[in-house]
Amino acid sequence: MSLDAPAKPIPQAREITTKPRVSDQIFRSIVTAFSFSALIILALIALFLFIQGFSTLKEQGLGFITNFEWSVTTDEAGKEIADFGLQAMLIGTMVTSFIALFIAVPLAVLTALFLTFYAPERVKKVLVTVVDLMAAFPSILYGLWGLFILMPMAVYWAELLHKWLGWIPLFDVPQPIFTRSPFIAGLVLAVMIIPIITSVSREVFAQTPLDRVQAAYALGATKWGVIKAVVLPFGANGVVGGSMLGLGRAFGETVAVYFVLNIVFRTNFEILFTQGGNVASMIVLKFGEAGETEIGALMASGLVLFLLTLIVNFIANAVVNRTVKSGR
Amino acid sequence: MELKTQTEKNGTQMSEKNSTTPSSLSDVAAKRAETKVAGSAPLGTGLEARGVHAWFDKHHALADVSLDFSAGTVTALIGPSGCGKSTFIRTLNRMHEFIPNTSMAGQVLLDGKDIYEPGIDVTKIRLQIGMVFQKPNPFPSMTIGENVLSGLKLAQLKVSNQEELLEECLVRAGLWNEVKDRLGAHAGGLSGGQQQRLCIARALAVKPKVLLMDEPCSALDPGSTLRIEETISQLSKSMTIVIVTHNMQQAARVSDYTAFFLSDGGPGQMIEVGPTNEIFSRPRDERTENYVTGRFG
Repeated sequence: MSLDAPAKPIPQAREITTKPRVSDQIFRSIVTAFSFSALIILALIALFLFIQGFSTLKEQGLGFITNFEWSVTTDEAGKEIADFGLQAMLIGTMVTSFIALFIAVPLAVLTALFLTFYAPERVKKVLVTVVDLMAAFPSILYGLWGLFILMPMAVYWAELLHKWLGWIPLFDVPQPIFTRSPFIAGLVLAVMIIPIITSVSREVFAQTPLDRVQAAYALGATKWGVIKAVVLPFGANGVVGGSMLGLGRAFGETVAVYFVLNIVFRTNFEILFTQGGNVASMIVLKFGEAGETEIGALMASGLVLFLLTLIVNFIANAVVNRTVKSGR
Repeated sequence: MELKTQTEKNGTQMSEKNSTTPSSLSDVAAKRAETKVAGSAPLGTGLEARGVHAWFDKHHALADVSLDFSAGTVTALIGPSGCGKSTFIRTLNRMHEFIPNTSMAGQVLLDGKDIYEPGIDVTKIRLQIGMVFQKPNPFPSMTIGENVLSGLKLAQLKVSNQEELLEECLVRAGLWNEVKDRLGAHAGGLSGGQQQRLCIARALAVKPKVLLMDEPCSALDPGSTLRIEETISQLSKSMTIVIVTHNMQQAARVSDYTAFFLSDGGPGQMIEVGPTNEIFSRPRDERTENYVTGRFG
């Protein structure tokens, strides 16, 4: 291009539009409607809980989360005095859920590794079906199994833990009563969340890029070496994601925990002792004989549980997003 | 343009060959043969394939290939797609068996010992026969330095001076000057060609006797390809190299011997093998001649 050529005017950027077909528009609106309906239902539930629990929240203020009294009494004038505090239940929920995660994650990851890299095809098919069935198993049955079959054994394990590790405050007990403890509730929850963590982990492990796996093998790696160097770094965020799904389930689990946990309104970090808390089970426990005021408090508890789950999932997402960058 | 300036700067044997702008493949191969005494190492001390067959399920992909890769030589495997050359190279370090339901027959001898013998430690075999793949595949979760030394870790080898080895491998792979100031950076930030040279450095760190390269330049731009070819020329002084390539110019530029593979609808076969300049100047088989002169493929 010569220098003295007249400068060409630079045109305006064109607006590019596409007009979708009618059929496409219809399908689009159906899909949009359904996907938003899930969000709307969720929002409505939260709204319902908020409206029902509003009076309690207003009355108790921040104390609803930080106190651990739960009582409705009537004074001489016949006026109701209500004291609602969720601290023990919230902490109890987290304690049992983290015990469950602590036990379930290693088991689930090892199971997933076995299924993906070691199991013969037939064994794999059977095991995958069994593990998936475990997820569909009604939770009341886990509760009954936990109460009648697991607990007698778990009490023995708890005694052993206390005997050898009792010097750690976590494994100390004020009195030697080991039944219906957060430890046992955590065990039952662990069994319940293993399937979801296993299947999510299995999915991500199976997606490990083959070229990286082969690169490791070509360098003289053993199978374990390949898993450590390639599969686990790649699948880490999937494992975290699966664990968070499991944690969500453990947070909300009601019936099974109700069977195997002695719900007491006292914050307890001695996980082997027969005293614990769980928001969802507490709601079931109290609901039958609750008066109007208390029902409002239970609704508010539901809202708090809902928010707690939301926060945990939010944190989980942040963790996953960070591991994505370094892992892949 | 970029190619030329690079070769001029480097001034290695590559530049001699390229500066004359060779007119045909046979000329390129002849130049190569002049600069290197082909097959100077005694035969039979390297890698040897005897009557190798390979199957995918029931599909017979490769039939009766016998090839001798003597120590210190570069052998190129050429042929059209689907002729079994990649399958063949993967039988040489037992990577073939990673694909489910595959099988093989025949023998692959490394220093006279069959690598498919029952009871042999296959991880030790792969330490001696390294591999570079078609697509650069560094470990993205590791840094550049960790990538180079990852083979040692994976095979649980102890090395007294890791830093020395790290530098040596990167120098041999022709990458040292580009990465020496950022060994702690993640490998994903390198360009494709740099990643491939990193993979070569990684393969070198475990000190293999043989290096298998399965179309190492097919995903790279010409400049990077040239760098890799220079690296191959440097490496061939000290090890045995087998390279699969679609690029006949490349085969002519880097190899001492060339084997031509072809499938006539049935299993892939090796049609002809010989010194590279002979394969490109006076092939014995008509099919080889048709292929190297570009009449098909």
